Amino acid sequence: MSTVRFRVLPQKAASFSAQPLNRTLSKWLTIGLLVAPGMIVFLTFLLIPIAQSSYYSLFKWNGFGPPTNFRGLDNYVDLLSDGVFLRSIGNSLILMTSSLLLQLPLALGLALLVGRGQLVGRHIFRAILFIPYVFSEVITALIWLYVLHPNMGLMNRVFEAIIPNFKYIPWLADRNIALYAIFLVLTWKYFGFYMILYMAGLQAVPKELEEAGRIDGCNEFQVLRFVTIPLLGRTIRLTIFLSVLGSFQQFVIIWILTQGGPVNATSTIATYLYKYGIQRFALGYGSAVAVVLFCITLFFSLGYQRLVMRQDYVLRE
Amino acid sequence: MTTYAPTIAALPSKPKRPISARRLLLNIAKYAVLTFVAVVILAPSLTAVLGGIRTTGEFLAEPFGLPKQGIQWQNFVRILSNPDFWNAFKNSILLTVGVTVIGVSLSACLAFVFSRMQFLGKGFLFNVLSLGLLFPLVVAILPIFIQIRQLGLINNLWGVILPMVAFSLPGSVVILRGFFMAIPTELEDAAYIDGCSTLGFFRFILLPMARPAIAAVATLQVIGAWNEYFLPLLVLNDPKLWPLPLGIMQFQGQYGSEWALIMAYITILIIPVVIFYIFTQRFIVTGLTGGELKG
Repeated sequence: MSTVRFRVLPQKAASFSAQPLNRTLSKWLTIGLLVAPGMIVFLTFLLIPIAQSSYYSLFKWNGFGPPTNFRGLDNYVDLLSDGVFLRSIGNSLILMTSSLLLQLPLALGLALLVGRGQLVGRHIFRAILFIPYVFSEVITALIWLYVLHPNMGLMNRVFEAIIPNFKYIPWLADRNIALYAIFLVLTWKYFGFYMILYMAGLQAVPKELEEAGRIDGCNEFQVLRFVTIPLLGRTIRLTIFLSVLGSFQQFVIIWILTQGGPVNATSTIATYLYKYGIQRFALGYGSAVAVVLFCITLFFSLGYQRLVMRQDYVLRE
Repeated sequence: MTTYAPTIAALPSKPKRPISARRLLLNIAKYAVLTFVAVVILAPSLTAVLGGIRTTGEFLAEPFGLPKQGIQWQNFVRILSNPDFWNAFKNSILLTVGVTVIGVSLSACLAFVFSRMQFLGKGFLFNVLSLGLLFPLVVAILPIFIQIRQLGLINNLWGVILPMVAFSLPGSVVILRGFFMAIPTELEDAAYIDGCSTLGFFRFILLPMARPAIAAVATLQVIGAWNEYFLPLLVLNDPKLWPLPLGIMQFQGQYGSEWALIMAYITILIIPVVIFYIFTQRFIVTGLTGGELKG
């Protein structure tokens, strides 16, 4: 407040009375200038399209001309009775559960190893473990297309060398394995990201508290279990949130590796949306898929933030 | 406080000499785990590089062999002499520069207003923007596609740039706002006393001070734009406009069985990314963790 008073000092005394109005005007002009471009782009390319899709989802629409063939909620009825769609939701849920149960603990364990302590060379390990995160999804998928190749892939070669009489496994072509092979690729690419988040969280854990635990007779495991991990709670809750949202938006890697096959074994909501909404140009039906996807995301996000992360100030208010 | 800590910690360790043998074993176990994970991480990328410098036959016979028939430079020559590659490269640069420059400018402006100015409706606007955090690009891809068609931006690089900017804004604004708020108010007061305008303070004092945060946000934008595949796939039908991720997929479609060539292409794309990563690692880390982890 005091700043504003100082600002008018060097100006002419005559303009003093007109100042408040000018000042408000120029303040709003500044705000408009700074806010408008960003908000216009944001509204035009994010919020308005998302809002519109709930309207389009009520039509049968191939995208030519305005939508006229009103179907009410029929798209949703079709969608929820389509076995492939339900399978896709199931697959997304499997990816989500495996991420939570395997990917996050792995990332946490490695963060504990390289995040601190006096292990020589931990910075180098840390840099290596994080590399896949900067690779594009396309490059990741192409590399793994080779690694998981049924005849000459690296994976089968390695197992052949280690296990005697090993029979080559068609990783991506076997209906029962393909989804887990994809999970492996996703873990390879993304665990480094969670590891970095855990490392940031670990830096905020006061060493004195762990030391106190040790003095009170805890062994290393107990210190970890009863001091370190509880103090990491905020970071753990955040990574769970990001991991769940992340598993519902996997597309590129899955699409390049399997296109959702074999026989929809790796179909997820995003590949379903692409295959049945965009490739077939069923924009009304696709919009219904998108709306269901929004509902899942919104429901989860708001519920999780209300119930679990409320105390964490995720948005750093 | 801190000066005493080492002495206290050092005290009990003296009588506990035998522990150090166990600690040694523990350290060996730690290194074993880390080495194993590092190998799993590096091996696939390494095969790509080793595949690119050999013939397809050599590569398929031995994934980890060294080039016995000499380094196959012609793999790289064939890709680098292809005008399609350079065209895709140019498109990737245009997209990345466009998304980064526009995205960073717009988010810095928004973050400044949300962190430093008071006005009616500020909370509401910020909440509207935060809503965007809930919708990743992949999830909203169909609505975006419909909107781009209606605006006539199909087959136009702007049709990729603007949605990518829109989807990056909420995250970038949240990160930058945090950094901007950490800059002391006294500085702002001092600037105004010296006759600085609001915009002047933003441009000449706040932005230069927040340079690490800006770099972090920009780095994340560069990575995101350079790697984006899904949106260009939908928006750009004309192969002349395709960026590198689409270019390599087209190349893979054409030369599906010539693994050495594909691996060479992957190598060409990986090397600049790794170099970029080495130089920007700390910015990436700052950006992802909101400045909590020092690189």
